[in-house]
Amino acid sequence: MLASDTGALQQAKLVLLGDMGAGKSSLVLRFVKGQFFDYQESTIGAAFLTKTMPEQNVKFEIWDTAGQERYHSLAPMYYRGAAAAVIVFDITNTESLGKAKNWVKELQRQGNPNMVMALAGNKADLADARAVTTEEAQTFADDNNLFFWETSAKTNQNVLELFTDIAQKLPRTSAQPQPSNAGITLSEPPQQRPQKSGCC
Amino acid sequence: MDETYDAIVLGTGFKECIISGLLSVDGKKVLHMDRNSYYGGAAASLNLTQLWERFRPGQTPPEKLGAPRDYNIDLVPKFIMANGNLVRALVHTGVVKYLEFRAVDSSYVLNKGRVERVPATDYEALRSPLMGLFEKRRARNFFLYVQSYKADDPRTHGGKNLQRMSMADLYKEYGLDAMTIDFIGHAIALHCDDSYLSQPALATVEKIRLYNDSLQRFAGTKSPYIYPLYGLGELPQGFARLGAVYGATYMLTKPDAKPVFEGGKFVGVASEGETVKAPIVVGDPSYFPDRVQRGGRVVRAICIMSHPIPNTDNSHSVQIILPQKQVNRRSDIYVFCSSYEHNVAAKGKWIAFVSTTVETQSPEQELLPGLALLGPVEEKFVEVTDIMEPLSSGQQDGAYISKGYDATSHFETEMDDVLQMYTRITGKQLDLESKDPRKIDGDD
Ligand SMILES: Nc1nc2c(ncn2[C@@H]2O[C@H](COP(=O)(O)OP(=O)(O)O)[C@@H](O)[C@H]2O)c(=O)[nH]1
Ligand SMILES: [Mg+2]
Repeated sequence: MLASDTGALQQAKLVLLGDMGAGKSSLVLRFVKGQFFDYQESTIGAAFLTKTMPEQNVKFEIWDTAGQERYHSLAPMYYRGAAAAVIVFDITNTESLGKAKNWVKELQRQGNPNMVMALAGNKADLADARAVTTEEAQTFADDNNLFFWETSAKTNQNVLELFTDIAQKLPRTSAQPQPSNAGITLSEPPQQRPQKSGCC
Repeated sequence: MDETYDAIVLGTGFKECIISGLLSVDGKKVLHMDRNSYYGGAAASLNLTQLWERFRPGQTPPEKLGAPRDYNIDLVPKFIMANGNLVRALVHTGVVKYLEFRAVDSSYVLNKGRVERVPATDYEALRSPLMGLFEKRRARNFFLYVQSYKADDPRTHGGKNLQRMSMADLYKEYGLDAMTIDFIGHAIALHCDDSYLSQPALATVEKIRLYNDSLQRFAGTKSPYIYPLYGLGELPQGFARLGAVYGATYMLTKPDAKPVFEGGKFVGVASEGETVKAPIVVGDPSYFPDRVQRGGRVVRAICIMSHPIPNTDNSHSVQIILPQKQVNRRSDIYVFCSSYEHNVAAKGKWIAFVSTTVETQSPEQELLPGLALLGPVEEKFVEVTDIMEPLSSGQQDGAYISKGYDATSHFETEMDDVLQMYTRITGKQLDLESKDPRKIDGDD
């Protein structure tokens, strides 16, 4: 599920990582549905969203953590084949930057080496409570080849910018040789062929 | 952690993850723990580092095998019947979104010392050396009967009562010879031994239909099987994600998690000095040593190779069945193989498995006829596993325990166990025919 050209539209799996409460689900909800809730309930039933950015020719398949980050029980499947990752921290919480740093390390170890990674310093609207300076986060981002945005899911600051930036940085993997043994779509209804007499 | 839950699940094996996913979708509050740092329990898929930790602790995998993380090696090798209950469960729950599948290239059977393809089309069947011409005609009549048989339409029964008639007698009606019977029973109906012959024919007729329906389920496939990219370990991860989306809490690396019973009834799970309470517990046998017994034993060899299995048309994924009679045993030997094409090994590597039900005091010896088919092997790991079974249904003590993974080549019996557990736990039947219980959110 790496970024791959299907006609004009490039499909890309995007995963969110970061501390509980940093605003991962809120950023997705803002980006995909233009909504924000002050008391964002945990992400029941919405851990897989899609969003097409027609101007960028990209369709994002967005995976939210579904709370599995809480006890370090995210499965390898989660970042498998991801073309992009957004690592989110909360600018009012120093500890959340530390967690973000761990996730970056984990991705560098486990993730796909061509993955586009972005660091989002979220809750930028809470300037009075800021605990992480822009400089500190920027330095960390530069050292690790991440691009960095300060965002607010609440005020919609830089949310579109963040995802547009990712879309533009995705490697365009056109004309990838297709494996001989192509995938199967299970949800397809059974094929309509005349009944054969069976295998013998 | 002094919350209470509706259910606690121990072990993140395939069965446990389906149950915790389904209970969460039902609105139950579920806590799911595993002693290991990875998903999958006894049926996990391991990378090379994990594989070496398990079989050769203290040593490291040789560099010529490539990057350890490129490997996903199943501890319990099985394939998935394309039209079976596991596929239904994947579609029903929407977990199918998280996984990618490819067909298994082909299926072979050992016949008089030769590896022959199990015919997948009429054309292949006509050319197959597995039967003589007259026998083919008789077999064709048999298959026509089986394919048209409908349980609720007596006109298709041909005057036979398959709920009573034994399978041996049904074969006799069609005049099939011993070789054909061996082929049908083991390579098509996928029975592991011959005990089915004296049982009512209906169950075997249904197995043959499942094989054929699976063969025809997706266009252009040459075997009835599919297999997930990155190995079977993706299945528990996918169902765990379903559970998490519906609010279940997952905790890995809980090495001391242990069920606590009071007066013979389950009360909670103790870990790290705390006890979390719930009315019921679900789990794999390894968490309940006092409440299980040994059913049988399976011996499995895992082999890493740099070539496909000889005489399989360079297949990247294949099954070879060695029917018991062909190898003078009571139970079949199974060979499975998959490769980097299914993302289970580094580029240029194949993983082959040989497994069977243990019949003697020297289990590894029993694998030899299967191992002999593989050609040179770079690394080999052999493991003998007890298949544990629960002593009781769970309805008295509140402990719903799954059965260990059996020697069969696919997931149908494992799904039967899951569905029965679900019914014992909830009192409900799971209707796998109904569509996806949740909707995909999105902009299009
Ligand atoms: N003020 C403010 N609150 C936010 C912002 N983003 C998220 N939140 C709040 O932070 C809490 C946690 O957000 P959530 O999206 O659930 O975090 P997650 O655990 O990372 O998914 C919720 O109460 C949100 O309403 C933001 O940009 N500004
Ligand atoms: Mg969230």
